[in-house]
Amino acid sequence: MAGEAGAAHDVLVIGGGGAGLRAAIAVAEADARLSVAVVSKVYPMRSHTVSAEGGAAGVIRPTDSLEEHAHDTVSGGDWLCDQEAVEAFVAEAPRELLRLEHWGCPWSREPDGHVAVRPFGGMKQMRTWFAADKTGFHMLHTLFQTSLKYERISRYDEWFVTRLLVEDGRVRGVVAIELMSGRIEMIAAKAVILCTGGCGRVYPFTTNANIKTGDGMALAYRAGAPLKDMEFVQYHPTGLPFTGILITEAARAEGGWLLNKDGYRYLQDYDLGKPEPTPVLKSMELGPRDRLSQAFVQEVEKGKTIDGPHGPVVHLDLRHLGEEIITAKLPFVRELCLEYEGIDPVRQLIPVRPVVHYMMGGVHTNINGATPVPGLYAAGETACVSINGANRLGSNSLPECLVFGAWAGRAAAEYAASAASAEPPTSVRAQGADERRRLDSLLHRDGGREPISAIRAEMQRAVEEGAGIYRSADSLAKAADKLGELRERYTVARIEDHSRTFNTEFIAALELSCMLDVAETIVRCAQLREESRGAHQRIDFPARDDERFLANSLIYRSADGASRVEYLPVRVTRWPPAERVYGR
Amino acid sequence: MSARYTEFHPRWYRPRMPVFWWVGRRSYLIFVLRELTSVFVAWSVVFLLLLIHAVSQGSKQYQQFLNLSSNPWMLALNVVTLAFVVFHAITWFNLAPQAMVVRLRGKRVPRSWVAGTHFAGWALLSALAAWLILG
Amino acid sequence: MPDHIILQVTRYRPEREMEPTTQEYEIPLHEEWAVLDGLNHVKDQLDGTLSYRWSCRMGICGSCGMTVNGEPRLTCATFLTDYRPGPIRVEPLRNFPVIRDLVVETGDFMRKLPEVKPWLIRDEDAGTPQGELLQTPADLDEYKQYSMCINCMLCYSACPIVGLEKDFLGPAAIALAQRYNLDSRDEGAHERMEVLSTAEGVWGCTFVGECTTACPKGVDPAGAIQRYKLTAAAESLKSFLMPWRSA
Repeated sequence: MAGEAGAAHDVLVIGGGGAGLRAAIAVAEADARLSVAVVSKVYPMRSHTVSAEGGAAGVIRPTDSLEEHAHDTVSGGDWLCDQEAVEAFVAEAPRELLRLEHWGCPWSREPDGHVAVRPFGGMKQMRTWFAADKTGFHMLHTLFQTSLKYERISRYDEWFVTRLLVEDGRVRGVVAIELMSGRIEMIAAKAVILCTGGCGRVYPFTTNANIKTGDGMALAYRAGAPLKDMEFVQYHPTGLPFTGILITEAARAEGGWLLNKDGYRYLQDYDLGKPEPTPVLKSMELGPRDRLSQAFVQEVEKGKTIDGPHGPVVHLDLRHLGEEIITAKLPFVRELCLEYEGIDPVRQLIPVRPVVHYMMGGVHTNINGATPVPGLYAAGETACVSINGANRLGSNSLPECLVFGAWAGRAAAEYAASAASAEPPTSVRAQGADERRRLDSLLHRDGGREPISAIRAEMQRAVEEGAGIYRSADSLAKAADKLGELRERYTVARIEDHSRTFNTEFIAALELSCMLDVAETIVRCAQLREESRGAHQRIDFPARDDERFLANSLIYRSADGASRVEYLPVRVTRWPPAERVYGR
Repeated sequence: MSARYTEFHPRWYRPRMPVFWWVGRRSYLIFVLRELTSVFVAWSVVFLLLLIHAVSQGSKQYQQFLNLSSNPWMLALNVVTLAFVVFHAITWFNLAPQAMVVRLRGKRVPRSWVAGTHFAGWALLSALAAWLILG
Repeated sequence: MPDHIILQVTRYRPEREMEPTTQEYEIPLHEEWAVLDGLNHVKDQLDGTLSYRWSCRMGICGSCGMTVNGEPRLTCATFLTDYRPGPIRVEPLRNFPVIRDLVVETGDFMRKLPEVKPWLIRDEDAGTPQGELLQTPADLDEYKQYSMCINCMLCYSACPIVGLEKDFLGPAAIALAQRYNLDSRDEGAHERMEVLSTAEGVWGCTFVGECTTACPKGVDPAGAIQRYKLTAAAESLKSFLMPWRSA
């Protein structure tokens, strides 16, 4: 049911993906008196959750335990995770996945009718639920279709939020543009939950869709909420060259091998175990993503990778799995390879390389999704609790959307139920009017030098070169300089399209400004963390430094636009930092 | 700005569906012809009823009916009707597997089998009818 | 092979025109480029004012449906080299109002979808089951195909009935209803029948079959609709012959 513009809601959810829809449903179920709305710049079923393939982890086997899942996650995250949050998360994950099953999610099954699980990277036991190799797709569509049941959930489809309105230190609503007509409206709210996903499009080469531009992270940052652990960017080891399309970790979980140009399973040279004919949990190709991506870079340096038309690649070998298994367990992988590489994985090797995939960092929240700004919540990839620490394990992010989406929804509902009326005071209206003027002047900008696309491409290049898999003080400093320059150039960028009607160039300009902000936080935090941990690898500081850096970085924006970074020590409640061991 | 445009209220363009929407595209054309066959199927039923009626009225009526049938226009009509009825049967049988999902021992019966069974049944009944009438 | 290819793209700017026009762009012809890559090249390098939807670029989000050389296609999964030497006509999806350039208004589908109750319906009073609802792989196979719909609406674009009858629910909505009807865990088939067994529902369909041809995910909505016609007809017959039977 479409919402009325200029209206007020008790809870506003920004983003209609896995976390956003789960949060909206949680609000609707928590309190029948509350009005809840989902604002999304795309129709909810287009959200990037849809492209997740591999699976969602949740302990259900009798031989498995919550403790093991938690330990795998904490060690996978190189001890940067909040251990209490992780323990709560792994306990809730199976309950949420089961709830989704009751809502109709078509989980793949064992012959006896029980939900099936598969092995996954970095996990000691099989606990990854899956729906063929389109888990995210099925989860998102189940959530979306279930959300249609709740008539009280309003939706603002294809509305782009440009600003959070904050007054007296608390959230009062948002300003948003309706893409279709171009009208700019203030939507008042007592609580706002940011579920806008990550920001992979800051990098040139990513599995992420076009819409992953870090909008929510930038909104929170500008509104005074800190971003946490931004320097931790996950590269997924197996993306297709040129397109960057994801080839799921499940391909390796089913038994796929990574081979260099000599047909050699090179991961055995990187302290990830010994090669066995069938997959061994937490070993070799089922090691954690950061280590696999780093191994690739080192193979490139040794000259052991294959030179493809789009740069160096390695091969993913699925041939020994056979057509039957590939058709039953990896049909989408086969489709993608045929379509985009003209390759049949049943008979041929798949060229792959690491691509940016996930942001471990995000808006700083507690276990209930609450940010330090009252009324502002965040959940999903947008948020950082942190349960993923310095490196996320595959199949933890889909349950993360559900668990924290629900918790943030309930917390926001509670907050909104007791908060004062949503009628915005004059000062907030003034902010809204300000924003309208700012947007209008950007839209009608005449002249201007370069197109948005040029600045965006340069930003992506700079961030990849400066803050890629391996970083150094030098590379990061260069990137920081470049970003500063690009920020200047952005203020005189050319806007060709002055139309109000579905102006995607204008939206791209707004997204670019979000990306520039977020890119700066990534580079800044990476500069200050002088150690190597998980996905953040410094050539000049190759060791992990628990004395100085067993802490999450928090980056705040100051009034003058500059940033300041603080450190929040990690609370070690259960597992003291140890060596991350794989393959042994 | 166009006189019809009001800021923030863009006019959507709604193309009209042309009367001959089905002409430009082969699949649409075949569809319309397929639907048209219903007219000829109806005529063949009417013709059969007229035949039965004539037979029931005695040999004089029957002879009149035969004379009518051998009229060149009637002959032409019935040839065209036969063509359309055959087209009707072929398209119907080819579409049948989409509407009928048959499972044998867990696996779905392939479409060619479902269609094939229909055609086989048709051939059998036609052979039987031919044997009764001509044999 | 020539280096370039021409795209003939529909433009519609309601601020200054009453009807769509066509604009030509010459773009590089790369082996691995999809039509979408071509459009992105136009927007990034040639003409920033071109508007179109896209997101995942891997055929799973359903955003980028357009009419390419007269056929409804996902532009991210349609390759330039297949149309060599060109030109390639890129138009908005048929049967929808056009908002701007290649962007169409899909609100109609979004309103029709909830009408078929595309969610799992179970007896609320029975309480929440302890574990998962059991479902064998064979049970899953019954409806799996219909669960693959990405809501791209190429089927709506291909269906002439959607163009002729404003109230027709359409292929995807009915296929999604069937996805739940055939799900062994669902108990809502009779609720959906009220909506589906109507002139705007399955009986509006005349089995043109173009929806199935257009579907990029092999959902076969035409099959779903015809199968439902048999089910609905059988139900009607049963309730006629045996009125004492409860639904």
